[in-house]
Amino acid sequence: MKLTLHIWRQRSPTAKGQMVRYDVPDVSPDMSFLEMLDVVNEGLILKGEEPIAFEHDCREGICGSCGFMINGVAHGPSRGTAVCQLHMRQYKDGDVLFVEPFRARAFPLLKDLAVDRRALDRIITAGGYISVRTGSAPEGNVIPVPKEKAELAMDAAACIGCGACVAACPNASAALFTGAKITHLGLLPQGQAERDQRAKKMVAQANVEVFGNCTNIGECEAVCPKEIKIEVIARMNRDYLKAAWKNRESYRDDDPVELALSRGKP
Amino acid sequence: MAPLKIESKLPSGPIEQAWEKAQFEMKLVNPANKRKYNILVVGSGLAGGSAAASLGELGYNVKCFCFHGSPRRAHSIAAQGGINAAKNYQNDGDSIFRLFYDTVKGGDFRAREANVYRLAQNSVRIIDQCVAQGVPFAREYGGALANRSFGGAQVSRTFYARGQTGQQLLLGAYQALERQVDEGTVQMLPYTEMLDLVVVDGHARGIVTRDLLTGEIKCHVGDAVVLASGGYGNVYYLSTNAKGSNATAIWRAHKRGAAFANPCFTQIHPTCIPVSGEYQSKLTLMSESLRNDGRIWVPKKPHDKRPPDQIPEEDRDYFLERRYPSFGNLVPRDVASRNIKMVCDEGRGVGPSGLGVYLDFADAIRRLGRATIAERYGNLFEMYERITGENPYEVPMRIYPAIHYTMGGLWVDYELMSTIPGLFVLGEANFSDHGANRLGASALMQGLSDGYFIIPYTIGNYLASNKLEKVGVSHPAFRSVEAEVVAMTKKLLSINGTRTTTSFHKELGKIVWDKCGMSRNAGGLEDALGRIRGLREEFWKNVKVVGDSNDLNASIEAAGRVADYFELAELMCIDALDRNESCGGHFREEYQTSDNEALRNDELYSYVAAWEFTGVKSPPKLHKEPLEFHYVHPSQRSYK
Repeated sequence: MKLTLHIWRQRSPTAKGQMVRYDVPDVSPDMSFLEMLDVVNEGLILKGEEPIAFEHDCREGICGSCGFMINGVAHGPSRGTAVCQLHMRQYKDGDVLFVEPFRARAFPLLKDLAVDRRALDRIITAGGYISVRTGSAPEGNVIPVPKEKAELAMDAAACIGCGACVAACPNASAALFTGAKITHLGLLPQGQAERDQRAKKMVAQANVEVFGNCTNIGECEAVCPKEIKIEVIARMNRDYLKAAWKNRESYRDDDPVELALSRGKP
Repeated sequence: MAPLKIESKLPSGPIEQAWEKAQFEMKLVNPANKRKYNILVVGSGLAGGSAAASLGELGYNVKCFCFHGSPRRAHSIAAQGGINAAKNYQNDGDSIFRLFYDTVKGGDFRAREANVYRLAQNSVRIIDQCVAQGVPFAREYGGALANRSFGGAQVSRTFYARGQTGQQLLLGAYQALERQVDEGTVQMLPYTEMLDLVVVDGHARGIVTRDLLTGEIKCHVGDAVVLASGGYGNVYYLSTNAKGSNATAIWRAHKRGAAFANPCFTQIHPTCIPVSGEYQSKLTLMSESLRNDGRIWVPKKPHDKRPPDQIPEEDRDYFLERRYPSFGNLVPRDVASRNIKMVCDEGRGVGPSGLGVYLDFADAIRRLGRATIAERYGNLFEMYERITGENPYEVPMRIYPAIHYTMGGLWVDYELMSTIPGLFVLGEANFSDHGANRLGASALMQGLSDGYFIIPYTIGNYLASNKLEKVGVSHPAFRSVEAEVVAMTKKLLSINGTRTTTSFHKELGKIVWDKCGMSRNAGGLEDALGRIRGLREEFWKNVKVVGDSNDLNASIEAAGRVADYFELAELMCIDALDRNESCGGHFREEYQTSDNEALRNDELYSYVAAWEFTGVKSPPKLHKEPLEFHYVHPSQRSYK
């Protein structure tokens, strides 16, 4: 089949970008979307032009590197599918596709379709973990974890950190991402000791990174390639409120916002 | 350069106490002094991430480098099936000794006993550590950890988190790493690729990197360098590795003096989705765990083009069950892959290309119900359907082997140090524990064992035993390596030929897959060597790299990596040609039993082949590390 692509080209973070048209003949329905872009790029290189920059790596929908908007939808039209797993059989001859980067203030554009999502790492750095020294763990079966809790925790832990939730949200909120980690760790008995602090620190960091607030629109759930449920945001809000009500939360007296500011660039 | 020495430093005495004894004999670095040492960790996957986190916890000053935008994107994340541990929770007769035994045997007696025993011992602690980090392993209804069986084992010792075990273990290590970033002990450098190693007075003292966003070439000084940059499966172009996975860090360290061990030991995974066309950019693995319930078959008659549901039972050949009644579909990966190739070579392969066999779940669905199968493999079935457009609940999957893992890698001693003092190598990047074939669910185990439970001890021993001179980036060794790196980038940009890097890479990959893949023979390997050399020369005259060196430029990244693959592919073929026996993943057609099983030659080839680099156009020098077996007596492997 033949497709017409309009792709956002931008040389550098500060350069002016624009949509550029590419006509692609001979698209096989068995190709993945990224393989189709590979073919376009090979042609560009042979013409001496720079290939379209896009992040990708595992191409199995698990590393979270890839992601851009196709006709305004993060990762394109297939539900529960990262763009690397999107196959061209979804499209028909003559389709016109508009391909743009994930846009959010917290995701500065690097080049073409590639954006910098390190703000998500800093949210994890702020407290998205269980503090356990290597070698200090008790025997694995000492603490039983009910099967249904483990399954729910796994549902949330499946997040690949691609940032589609942020790109799809009109507020550019990272609530689904943050809520997923808070839910994963908060459901497990091992995660209880730091539960209050975790919620406060991670939410503070998300704010400092200039992600917006959640207003329960639900676009994030709709585009999430791992189909993480918006319920994780409710869990995050509950943990955050509970933690905020406690008057003395830490013997260290750390202000989570101060900490977040020291960690990230606002 | 000092002459290359192969000293394995294997501990003496009973194997059960060897590691504990070795640990006790290692020198320690005083807690207050640890922060004075700078350690450079290259790679942030299971091995690198767990090492950086654990070394940071100990108080060392750690810099961790990854070429991805985030350490969480390392390719360990894509491991599906699980991680082995000798917990014996199933009461089915597992033990540390049995895991050790299975791994040595599965590796076809080409691994070191002491290393493998230590790996089996560490396996138990890894599970504890990961549970404590919040890894959501599968559970029984009572809340206990669940297990499943996996290829090459007759006990259920594999721990798993759906089909995303690698992801969950990596996120555990990543979170531990981010905790250390917050503590200030680890500095994370994403979008940074190591392009060379700097050796000063015979010791690894630093690396040269390229900032992938700005193109800046930079030197980093350290007291020790830890490489955990993964394997080299992408030499084959089509593999199950991520597109970015590459061999540049280990290859350039090899060129600076680190011996490369057993490069021809590569693993072909039996259950991958078959190739669909020329544009194919990579192959996708279907977890080995599918072989627990799926039955592998082909039609009995060659070129039988009937759809699978119209081929009656009596016209089907369940060839693994027929040939290996006791292991059936669960034979180790090398055996399964070879048998699949055999039936396809007989013209009995299925699918449009004839390069495929059925993996059929109809019996399992009948026996256990669709819901159980969905619970076990739901995400894998969905992935299969997304890629192929076929529903495996109704139509049998089609699978074909693909390159998946490389057992070979930089040579390391028992302390995971390469032949360059101060250069440590962990995970898939080293050669240490899997011999000539890796068992399923053992890669995650080895990566984490190296990172959490070995390097924290052995790096201290090195640092406490060596008094290193203070050097800075202005040292002549750093200046000259940096100049070489800059020159190589310039050279690649200046060629301005007529072929893309990818076209070279595809052609190289095809040569290596055909001649040094699932089966090899002397004539084919000689032929491959000639063609690889010719292609390499053409590459350096005719490659087209576009853009410039000072911004995000995937074209230049790829060209540098492919340049290294040419040299590495050559070494793989030289090693394969030199090893006149069949063992594990290395199947030389000249050496097989009457029923087509691999025929080892223990008398002549019971050694690790460690190759020394002597120049791009001069033959590498072979050093042999003899292997001794005191606990598991080498025998012809039998899974019948």
